[in-house]
Amino acid sequence: MTTPAASPTLATRRVAIAGNPNTGKTTLFNRLTGLSAKVGNYPGVTVESESGEVKLARSGVVTVVDVPGTYSLTARSAEEQIAIQAVCGLHPLERPDAVVLVVDATQLTRNLYLALQIIETDIPLVIALNMVDMLGELGQEIDAAALERELGVRVVPISAQHGEGLDALRVALDEVLASPDRARPGPRWIPSDPRLRADVDAVARELPAIWKLDNPRRRDALALWALLSLDENDELPDAPAKLRETVLARRRAAAADGREIEAEIIQGRYAWIDQRAPKFLRQRASVRESRTDRVDRLLLHPALGFAVFLVVMGLVFQSLFSWADPLIGLIETAVGAVKEQVVSALPPGFFNDLVAEGLIEGVGSVIVFLPQILLLFFFIGVMEDSGYMARVAFLMDRLMKSIGLHGRAFVPMMSGFACAVPAILATRTMERQRDRMLTMMVVPLMTCSARLPVYSLLIAALFPPDRIFGVLPVQGLLMVAMYVFSTLVALIVAAVLGRTLIKGKSVPLLLELPPYRLPHWPSVLAQMWRKTRVFLSEAGTVILACTVAMWLLLSFPRDAQIDERFDAQIAAVNSSLPAGEERDERIAALENERAGEALRSSYGGRLGHFIEPAVAPLGFDWKIGIGLLGAFAAREVFVSTMGVVYGIGEDVDEESVGLRQRIKQEAHADGRPIYTPLVGLALMVFFAIACQCMSTLAVVKRETRSWTWPTFLFVYTGALAWLLSFAVFQGGRLLGFG
Amino acid sequence: MTSLDLLNPGSTARLVSIGGDRAFRCRLMELGLLPGTLVRLVRRVDVGGVLEVEVRGCRLSVRHGEARHVAVEAGA
Ligand SMILES: Nc1nc2c(ncn2[C@@H]2O[C@H](COP(=O)(O)OP(=O)(O)O)[C@@H](O)[C@H]2O)c(=O)[nH]1
Repeated sequence: MTTPAASPTLATRRVAIAGNPNTGKTTLFNRLTGLSAKVGNYPGVTVESESGEVKLARSGVVTVVDVPGTYSLTARSAEEQIAIQAVCGLHPLERPDAVVLVVDATQLTRNLYLALQIIETDIPLVIALNMVDMLGELGQEIDAAALERELGVRVVPISAQHGEGLDALRVALDEVLASPDRARPGPRWIPSDPRLRADVDAVARELPAIWKLDNPRRRDALALWALLSLDENDELPDAPAKLRETVLARRRAAAADGREIEAEIIQGRYAWIDQRAPKFLRQRASVRESRTDRVDRLLLHPALGFAVFLVVMGLVFQSLFSWADPLIGLIETAVGAVKEQVVSALPPGFFNDLVAEGLIEGVGSVIVFLPQILLLFFFIGVMEDSGYMARVAFLMDRLMKSIGLHGRAFVPMMSGFACAVPAILATRTMERQRDRMLTMMVVPLMTCSARLPVYSLLIAALFPPDRIFGVLPVQGLLMVAMYVFSTLVALIVAAVLGRTLIKGKSVPLLLELPPYRLPHWPSVLAQMWRKTRVFLSEAGTVILACTVAMWLLLSFPRDAQIDERFDAQIAAVNSSLPAGEERDERIAALENERAGEALRSSYGGRLGHFIEPAVAPLGFDWKIGIGLLGAFAAREVFVSTMGVVYGIGEDVDEESVGLRQRIKQEAHADGRPIYTPLVGLALMVFFAIACQCMSTLAVVKRETRSWTWPTFLFVYTGALAWLLSFAVFQGGRLLGFG
Repeated sequence: MTSLDLLNPGSTARLVSIGGDRAFRCRLMELGLLPGTLVRLVRRVDVGGVLEVEVRGCRLSVRHGEARHVAVEAGA
């Protein structure tokens, strides 16, 4: 097929795909655009936008953008406002040349409500009647031609999942773009009651000119939108105050008359739909219990449903926690191998170190997140696509509501036990900006797996392997206590922040429980990859830069004197001892000592001294201070940093007997031990709360598109960690411990 | 007349009116819950504090506290 190229003077035309949630927009979008899709963000809000390209016979290559799923164009918040902005092209979004509205054929009347609203805006429209493959099973029949006659716009039956009807849809879209006027039939329902008409006209006069009101139909549509959307506490920053006042005044006057404007508008549209429904929709006698009903009887069962829920969550958690582990190990080994290659290939010196210790380590610290991110997005994709995610929100709503959050916050919070980075990315499943922010601010408090090595080291070194009453192991109990502690802190902080700084009205929970469907694997995988790519390209670069910066901080300046001294000592060992195990050991010990001294004299080491007065009230000395700085790269790095600080070498882990011994022996100048069990406890409390993880901060920065939130997160967790550690340490001392 | 949260699971009722917060009312209406619409209470999930209702062939969850504002005529 030859396609005449679109006239080069014409900018590429844009088509928006809109529809109710769960109608198959994403599936259709992927079908139409294939692999050309790109992820971006709507300006000002953290809502993702995807765009891709589709090639049409006559119109040539057309850009397709998705509009977030919505039941109506009515908006109460900046995120919800995107729908009207995207459909009408309100500032700052561009106006599309046409809209493809995806309609779920199995829930036709409710979906037609949005169709009527979009037709009112006078944008050229074509309807993709999706999921027609399901109609037979539900005993429904839709006469698409009759629906087309009633609506006045093209209606193309499709099955996005099975790829049916897509050619017809492309042809219809092509025709709409070629003769857009035929796809703007004018409003179906008209506010004909003179009193309502007067309300609409009054509000229309106050619409801001920036909304391009050249078209009277569009002006009416926007006036109706304002009448439904605006009120005293809407969160719509773009609506002029004068407009809001007019709406409120009209509403008050109507109420005095015993009228309710919103009800008149909504009921008017639904009455139009319900009156005509018999012409295009036939419902055969009621069908037997559906598959969804049977599944829900188990999955939402008060006892069994909860058990299944725990198993599913356990599975997700387990996969993030331990299945990802071998993969992470593999990545670390591979990074190590590459590093070795580079070290031996390049001449020794600054450049070699920069590439190996800075860049390669940095790339490693980004891709090391991939297993967990891919797995979590895979599970989330399956849960969303199958319909189970809505049930999770349903089951968890009471618990999450008690801390001012929505049932949907549960999965991100739980994923935080594995790692905050994927968990923060997972907050994207929440629609409200305020809920997302609040969740992001508390997710880093959950005990992530990177804290475990630190806890293990401190607990093993400082607490006796005793058993209370001969059965309960002290060390194990402490570990459990740390989990309980961090979870409680997270819940309390969420409740407090949600009522103060990140305030928001508790929104009514009106969740759709979509029918269960088998996940469509290509979509699940495509989504998983797309989200991961965003992480790699945006958060990844920040993490990389931070890793390099941390490396510079901890390895410079280099003191030539130290090097000379150790070189001389090593040379002496070399000449005095015969080659063999003893000589190698002595040299290794000297190298470790050298590394320790270099670190202690680096900028980072000086910073450790510098912050000592700040951490001394918590019982920490400057060496622990260096460890805290090192932990900023990743918490588990604390262990190897302490290994280097103490001159034991960086190849230590929490199991190292040497490091544990050394920790016990560390003493103040006056001989008192530095690490007492109380100091250990204070240090663990500090680790539990402080968001000393630059990857988390980088991801928060990328997700919120601002430095405010990561700064706030860093400062508040730091302050809280300091206060609580202080309370533990000083309180413990007052009580005579340590 | 009773309210949605008091229906027996499995029973159907005709919606009479929606009270409560304006945003809540509008949202329910836009989802097609209007006076005269048939609503079926599918199940109550007390652990989550929510109800599942069926309207226009679609399933929605509503919190107990919010469902109290939805007046219905049972036995329709
Ligand atoms: N039976 C059937 N299922 C579909 C069809 N199109 C999409 N789905 C499924 O409907 C669910 C929601 O689809 P999705 O594209 O994520 O909807 P969105 O929320 O509107 O983006 C997924 O489980 C899809 O696999 C279809 O034509 N027929």
